[in-house]
Amino acid sequence: MTTATAGQPAAFLVHVACYLPARVVTSAEVAAARGVDPEWIRTTSGIEERRYGAPDETAETMGIEAARRCLAGAPDASIGMVLMSTGSASRRWPGPATTVATALGLGSVPALDLPMPSAGGVSALALAQALAPLHGDVLVIAAEKMSDIVARPDTHPNVAVLFGDGAAACIVSARRGVARILGSVLHSDGAFADALHLPVDGPLHMDGRTIIMQAARKLPQVILEVLDQHAIGLSAVRMFLLHQANLNLLRQVSKTLGVADEVVFSNIRGYGNTSSASALIALAEWDGLSALETGAPVVLAAFGAGLQWGAVLLVRA
Amino acid sequence: MTDLHPQILAILQNIADVKSPLSVGPDDSLFDAGILDSFLLPGLVTALEKAFGIKIPDADLSSQRFETVNRIAEYVRSRS
Repeated sequence: MTTATAGQPAAFLVHVACYLPARVVTSAEVAAARGVDPEWIRTTSGIEERRYGAPDETAETMGIEAARRCLAGAPDASIGMVLMSTGSASRRWPGPATTVATALGLGSVPALDLPMPSAGGVSALALAQALAPLHGDVLVIAAEKMSDIVARPDTHPNVAVLFGDGAAACIVSARRGVARILGSVLHSDGAFADALHLPVDGPLHMDGRTIIMQAARKLPQVILEVLDQHAIGLSAVRMFLLHQANLNLLRQVSKTLGVADEVVFSNIRGYGNTSSASALIALAEWDGLSALETGAPVVLAAFGAGLQWGAVLLVRA
Repeated sequence: MTDLHPQILAILQNIADVKSPLSVGPDDSLFDAGILDSFLLPGLVTALEKAFGIKIPDADLSSQRFETVNRIAEYVRSRS
């Protein structure tokens, strides 16, 4: 377990933005293509639509677009590092971070990859809290083109229909921002690596039942862990922004925590599971930080392949 | 420990919110029988912990362990 707490220099979330490709793919369309009942998709996952990138779009290009939008909203940022998470890069190596940094005109700043699906965006944000005081403003990018991965015909239909494409980016600074990153907790457990994995040359495999069992326990635990570290009660949290894997899982987490469904943000109906990008897309779409009073807490949390899971605690600055 | 099957079946009936007693063999897949799904599993784990006074650690949270009544009974015995 790694924790980042109040003992380290301050880091702030400056701005966040997202990019969703234009093509809307309904559950009816994907269900027909995969031989799945669209009503099963809705009741099992809460997903009604997802976005698919155009043939010439990649995780890299979507990450660049999200980053450009983010940088446009923070003209005073001086980027000293890029952290990029994706589980759907267009090549095995080099990873997309350097390509994205160069496309953004960021010169020779260190550009590091986190080849992590699912929890990658939240993990990158947690790392940025620690790295911003050392490297300057950190540009965090999470981008996924999951539609390319699930396009393989040997992907199980019930898995293929869950995913969508998208990207988000945020800037973390040691100087100032709309919210302070108060702390984070990251965990991993390789014992269940096979329960959700993408082979080098094979279809995405997901033992959904095991993954749901693990996530339904670990997500509430890690949320409580990061809140306990800062003596903040659950009822004080204004919004929980979780990895958008499945609406039923989000409802299970809110039930376990004993919080209202309304404070657990959900946009999975329109985007499906955008893997590592989903929690940061949720943060960008929610757009509620600036309306909060100073000190109001918000929690981001994610769980997925690895297993990797974690939570980041923000408070309105 | 005595035969756990009646108690496990009662828990499953409650979790699945089924009115009539379940008709499922001890080695039949509870998933294939439509009794359990992904989102009933966390509730089953909690109910088993409460009913049998056991703690089910994260390392044991795999769906195969809870796929049949016999497997559940074997597991509960191993934790008791």
